Amino acid sequence: MKSWLAQHGQAAARALGRLARAPFGTLLASIVVGVAAVLPAGGWLLLDNIERLADKAAVLPQISVFMAADASADDVAGVQKALRAKVSGVQYVPRKSTLQRIRALEGMGEVLDALPDNPFPDAFIVTPESDDAQALEALKAAFSQLPKVEHVQLDSAWVRRLNAFVTLAQTALWLLAGLLGVALVAVTFNTIRLQILTQQEEVRVSRLLGATTTFIRRPFYWFGTLQGLGGGLVAWALLWLFARALAAPAQELAGLYSLEFALHTLPPQAVLCLLASTAALGWLGAAASLWRNLAD
Amino acid sequence: MISFERVSKRYLSGRAAVENISFRATAGDFVLLSGHSGAGKSTLLNLLAVIEHPTEGAIRVNGEDVTRLARRALPYYRRTLGLILQDQKLLSDRSVFDNVQLPLAIAGHSRQDAARRAQAALERVGLAARAADMPITLSGGEQQRVAIARAIVAKPLLLLADEPTASLDPAYARDIAELLASFNRAGVTVLVTSHDTALFEPHCTRRLVLDHGRLMQ
Repeated sequence: MKSWLAQHGQAAARALGRLARAPFGTLLASIVVGVAAVLPAGGWLLLDNIERLADKAAVLPQISVFMAADASADDVAGVQKALRAKVSGVQYVPRKSTLQRIRALEGMGEVLDALPDNPFPDAFIVTPESDDAQALEALKAAFSQLPKVEHVQLDSAWVRRLNAFVTLAQTALWLLAGLLGVALVAVTFNTIRLQILTQQEEVRVSRLLGATTTFIRRPFYWFGTLQGLGGGLVAWALLWLFARALAAPAQELAGLYSLEFALHTLPPQAVLCLLASTAALGWLGAAASLWRNLAD
Repeated sequence: MISFERVSKRYLSGRAAVENISFRATAGDFVLLSGHSGAGKSTLLNLLAVIEHPTEGAIRVNGEDVTRLARRALPYYRRTLGLILQDQKLLSDRSVFDNVQLPLAIAGHSRQDAARRAQAALERVGLAARAADMPITLSGGEQQRVAIARAIVAKPLLLLADEPTASLDPAYARDIAELLASFNRAGVTVLVTSHDTALFEPHCTRRLVLDHGRLMQ
């Protein structure tokens, strides 16, 4: 075990040495891997922020409950009581105040004056605790059964649209990640192929001296893994820079919608996941290249 | 220890590099393989090191037919050999010291043990002072000594040297011949190919002469 670890340590050190001996090439390869990785990682970060923003705006789902035109004050009070029994966020909108508000709109006064009576019903704006689509539908059904309730309007379409968008974006993101993962493997495949070509003599000599296939391949695996890790670090740095650059404009935009919002960077778990993914893809690229270009 | 049994090596063109070779060498022998250029000396060594495979026959080392070794077993067999090849094959991007300790790193020796043994091997060939140098800064004779140090560092049972004195000055050549003889005196079985028979004859216990791939004596 100790010997195995020592051999891995030596192989890793040799791979690091090779990377350090060609700093420009290493930097370029890391940038290529990093840019490939930054697209899905950036997409994930964008979706994460959209979901956080949606959570903050979750006060918006509302149910409008319209009373019948002939509903009495007692009917209205009864419905209000019934609504409050189910939901705490209930706002009563009397028909008179609706009339006044609409009349204040330009051009609407003359239209309303032409009518024989106030056309607006008493109404309630109900704000449920849950934004779950099924729960909202259940509330709508329950409110429709209340006496003298003419119409119940559920304003949850936007929640479904957002959910559909997020699902679509997540699927697209996985596809993009898969595609760029293949690109990353291809980049490492080619780098390792060139490494094998430049180290053919070392491979031959090592074989003559009794090196096993595992011993010969080990530094190449480390090379691919470390290059992938380097690419992951580049991607992380790029995402951090993007998040810093976009933080102020995003906050300003959210402010226009009366939302308090701060753009988040990658959390530590996501950073670890990013680095592990790029390192694993680097290892995979090396494995594919060794299988193809370095026969036993 | 070594037994060649009716060994032939023919290439696809039909040309025979060696033909129907049979001989035995016992542990502790110093065997000189001589013959003109292209006689098949290097092929014989390559066959023994399983760098090439014979078309016919068997090559036994300590009773085991090495031509039938499984692919996985081959590296472990090669670790019992000390190989000194014609073109040294030192790694140009590694120091003399790193070149010498490479067989030990391959065999899984600890860093400290490998360093100690590599230093001892370099002292044995008189190059301890050049340990940190790169091979390209050494003369041809010094590079050959490094190759010998690398070959003996893992204490092989069998030392195979293919034209170890080729293209060396006579003084360097004598040094190398004496060095190989000293390992043989220490108990290592040595097989040397050379066209310079006078150089190795005083040291060898057996002499084999090849001519056009056939063993003459």
